[in-house]
Amino acid sequence: MNTTKKTRQYVYWITLFFITLSGFAQMPIFKRYYIADIPGLGWLAQFYVTHIIHYIAAIVLIAFVIYVFFDFIFRGAGLNRVTGFGFFKIAILAGLIVTGVLMVVKNLPNIYFGHTAVIVLDLSHLSFCMILLFVSLYSVIRKKRWVG
Amino acid sequence: MTSKLSRRAFLKGSITAAGSVVATSGIARAAKSITHTNKEPLATLLDISKCIGCEECVFACREANADKYPEPAKPFPKMYPSSVPVQDWSDKRDVTDRLTPYNWLFIQHASATVNGEQIDLTIPRRCMHCENPPCVKLCPWGSAKQEENGLSRIDPDLCLGGSKCKKACPWDIPERQTGVGLYLDLLPGLAGNGTMYKCDRCYNRLEKGEVPACIEACPEDVQTIGPRSEILKKAHALARQMNGYIYGEHENGGTNTIYVSPVPFEELNKSIETGKGKPHLNKVKNMMADGTNLAKAMIVAPIAGLAAAFGKFYLSSKEDK
Repeated sequence: MNTTKKTRQYVYWITLFFITLSGFAQMPIFKRYYIADIPGLGWLAQFYVTHIIHYIAAIVLIAFVIYVFFDFIFRGAGLNRVTGFGFFKIAILAGLIVTGVLMVVKNLPNIYFGHTAVIVLDLSHLSFCMILLFVSLYSVIRKKRWVG
Repeated sequence: MTSKLSRRAFLKGSITAAGSVVATSGIARAAKSITHTNKEPLATLLDISKCIGCEECVFACREANADKYPEPAKPFPKMYPSSVPVQDWSDKRDVTDRLTPYNWLFIQHASATVNGEQIDLTIPRRCMHCENPPCVKLCPWGSAKQEENGLSRIDPDLCLGGSKCKKACPWDIPERQTGVGLYLDLLPGLAGNGTMYKCDRCYNRLEKGEVPACIEACPEDVQTIGPRSEILKKAHALARQMNGYIYGEHENGGTNTIYVSPVPFEELNKSIETGKGKPHLNKVKNMMADGTNLAKAMIVAPIAGLAAAFGKFYLSSKEDK
């Protein structure tokens, strides 16, 4: 495995780890289940801190996804190399990013989203996250690859 | 209690007697202003110098919102871990000296010195209805919502009672009642803990073109409601007139509740009793500002990603040559 590929994998997994952790921290569960009481993890119960970490991780993820996509295109690698599993993961990532960006827009001042739209966004963002986690776990266990 | 009731009865009598005057004054004007068609948020102005602490607003709030109050099922389901706090106000519904799920507005007492004279002030306190409310924006389920007319409220049918809104609120306004709400139908032992309650600025009355109950009931016309820009103009004019101070215009990035006081709010804050269910009057920074700034940075993210990919492509094609 070359260095670039390895670096890419590290960036992806580290970003995915922090974005997931800070994402789950948007729910008031870490304090309830004493996880925030573990030394060094108190920040998981500080909603403004996890909110900022989630945004920073999202910025890194968006930049990374766009970088990988265009790098793939510029190299002329050809989309036909992407596996069916890869396309599925790309769709889930796209859903996660689109719903996430819409939620960021919703959080801006003087922006009003309909109540139903907000609930749909919240639930679909969480669903995309859960699907991505399970799919990623499956891909690690079964050694499924993005490209053939 | 008896004296309070008789005072209330007295005040009600006074209001009836002055009915024709009132009909053409503050309330009628306010009702007219809230039916305007433009989408500017509505704000309320509270002239603290007028408040006599009679609690008419408190009792009007309780009466108008009684059907929204929780009716918890008992015994409460056992929650895990056992340290999860049960918050039950259902046997203390008469409490009026703080915010509770059954009391969304209360009167705070302060004393201060103005021109060498000691004066007592009373301050109606409730949700500030922030312009960019963290309780709404950070609610993980969308159960807290903001309406275009500037009010924020919590949907009791969706709230799971996690209390994140309370922790996110710079004034700790929402209050929890255990044993009621959606969590009972999901995993009551493992997730959720009831429903959060706070002032919803009588959204249902506003929908009908009526003013919030606290405004209508006030015998001293302490509160005024109207488009935020107009309310701010009035607040500044009033502050100039009384050589006073404003609170709520810039707190947490701006709220739709504007207080005007003849005494600096720093002094009032030292004098009032603060703590659980008793919000402070501190200066509050814009809690959502960091998120808003990062949202702007997010626009740069795809450009940075594209630039990096193009840079790599450019360098490798140069190396190939």
